[in-house]
Amino acid sequence: MSRCLAERSIDHVVLERGEVANSWKTERWDSLRLLTPNWQSRLPGFTYQGNDPDGFRNMAETVAFIKQYARAISAPVQTRTAVTSVKQVDSGYEITTDQRTWYAPTVVLASGACNVPVVPAVSKLVPPGIAMLTAMQYRNPHQLADGGVMVVGASATGTQIAEEIQRSGRPVTLSVGEHVRVPRVYRGRDIAWWMDACGVFDERYEEVDNLDRVRNLPSFQLAGSDDRRTVDLNSLTEIGVKLVGRLAGVSEGKAQFSGSLANLCALADLKMIRLLDRIDAWVSERGMDDVGAPPHRFEPTHVDASPPLVFDLARGRIRTIVWATGFCPDYSWLHVPVLDRKGRIRHDGGVSAAPGLYLLGLPFLRRRKSSLIDGAGDDARDLSAHLAAYLASGAAHSRAASLAHS
Amino acid sequence: METATHRVDNGVNVAALLGARDALTAAPEAARFQWRATCQWIRGTYSRSAVESFFGLGEEQKHRSTFTFEADHPEVFASEDHGATPVEIVLAGLASCLTAGVASVAQMRDIQLRSVKATVEGAMDIRGILGADADVRNGFDGIKVVYEIDADATPEQIRAIVAQSQKRSAVYDIITNPTNVRVEVK
Repeated sequence: MSRCLAERSIDHVVLERGEVANSWKTERWDSLRLLTPNWQSRLPGFTYQGNDPDGFRNMAETVAFIKQYARAISAPVQTRTAVTSVKQVDSGYEITTDQRTWYAPTVVLASGACNVPVVPAVSKLVPPGIAMLTAMQYRNPHQLADGGVMVVGASATGTQIAEEIQRSGRPVTLSVGEHVRVPRVYRGRDIAWWMDACGVFDERYEEVDNLDRVRNLPSFQLAGSDDRRTVDLNSLTEIGVKLVGRLAGVSEGKAQFSGSLANLCALADLKMIRLLDRIDAWVSERGMDDVGAPPHRFEPTHVDASPPLVFDLARGRIRTIVWATGFCPDYSWLHVPVLDRKGRIRHDGGVSAAPGLYLLGLPFLRRRKSSLIDGAGDDARDLSAHLAAYLASGAAHSRAASLAHS
Repeated sequence: METATHRVDNGVNVAALLGARDALTAAPEAARFQWRATCQWIRGTYSRSAVESFFGLGEEQKHRSTFTFEADHPEVFASEDHGATPVEIVLAGLASCLTAGVASVAQMRDIQLRSVKATVEGAMDIRGILGADADVRNGFDGIKVVYEIDADATPEQIRAIVAQSQKRSAVYDIITNPTNVRVEVK
């Protein structure tokens, strides 16, 4: 966004509560790598120049990449500046930080959708003696006591963490709710390549039937690795992870799992098949059928005939619970009446219900790729155009055409 | 899939359902329903339940007529078999709920159904309900539902309809997830 605003000669400042790429640096686990290949992080005016385009950046490389970009575009970043309040005033917005207060006719919220881990209310009923941590607190298996670990949540985070912990010698029970299954590689190409080529990532929010549903889809069960292995429920079962259904309750020290595991796995398998059908159709339409392997399908997810429905947490088999149950944005500092009854910002493709207030980086904000690094560019281009038009229209208070600070 | 001369009609008013979904998203208080049944003991394990009224959309509602369900235990339970067992009524409830869902999802996806039959089996070790073994639960060990569906659709589309029906089924949720039940005596 900064790059797009600069191209339009719009004065701006970027407020960052920590250092550039703060979340990547401080809120991710040690072994995490991006789940999209390096070539797919295309920012405005800046593409991957290294010698491993099909590889997957680790956190240090991701931080370095973003820092390089910030330097390359001379982004006007104020680091170590935490925003404590944003509210509407005559001239537009008053942005209070722990450094100083800013006034601006327009504000872009790019603080992401993953500020706060979501932990289900049943966590309060877990008996004492069991350590609990969220995905945001997890760094590596050595933090955890020896013994059994229950990982709750089987999306990207849950499956990656479950694999790592199981490999460390701690038996993992994985509680599986709704999830999205994809293979890492299909017909010789990375699934991210297919989704880019077929236009899946470019699908627009206006074209979607149930926007609310797609904006709340779980993340792909996908991981970046040198061997391009698929991490899914079958691969986890193969290394000894035990699958149970969604954690539905904790009662008298016993964890209760839903009996719907078979159907959730069936739904994920069917969804994957639809994606592969779409890829095969795209390949056929282009007469590319001899490229890579012929169409094929993967083993359905294996589910036990009778997965356990109850675990006595007081018995000692589970020493730690890792909550990989998602994240949500923190809008506690946003004092603008744009929140809906569920605390989400009301917006149309990133243009919020409050004039001059914009959003970036939320799932399916404008396109399916909106929450990927690769999606920031197109969204920023669209929204900076809208922002520029808003400023030019005079709807923003004319005396606030440039930044003022107290 | 529509042909030039034949519109898909499974008898489900999808427009009304989608309209209701939109309206209730805006007015969630109206979405609060309360379903009810009363039950009168007749004799032995024989009872008769009746369903007549419910609450929803902000006011009391009545069914077009009172529906009754007789329940009893079979002769192998030393009973008189005047009606299906309560657990069989639950299995029928699951099958009906899933089947209604199949019809609705098929309608939404423009797929013509010709016939849909569900066979439900619930396995149970009756030592649970007889109190003969504390490690045996009262309820089912597991439930299996098998659908036979003849429709204008590929096998995969049919599987997807059945999977989606479970995802949105009330009785499936009631059975697979915990529900608070509080019983009082006046």
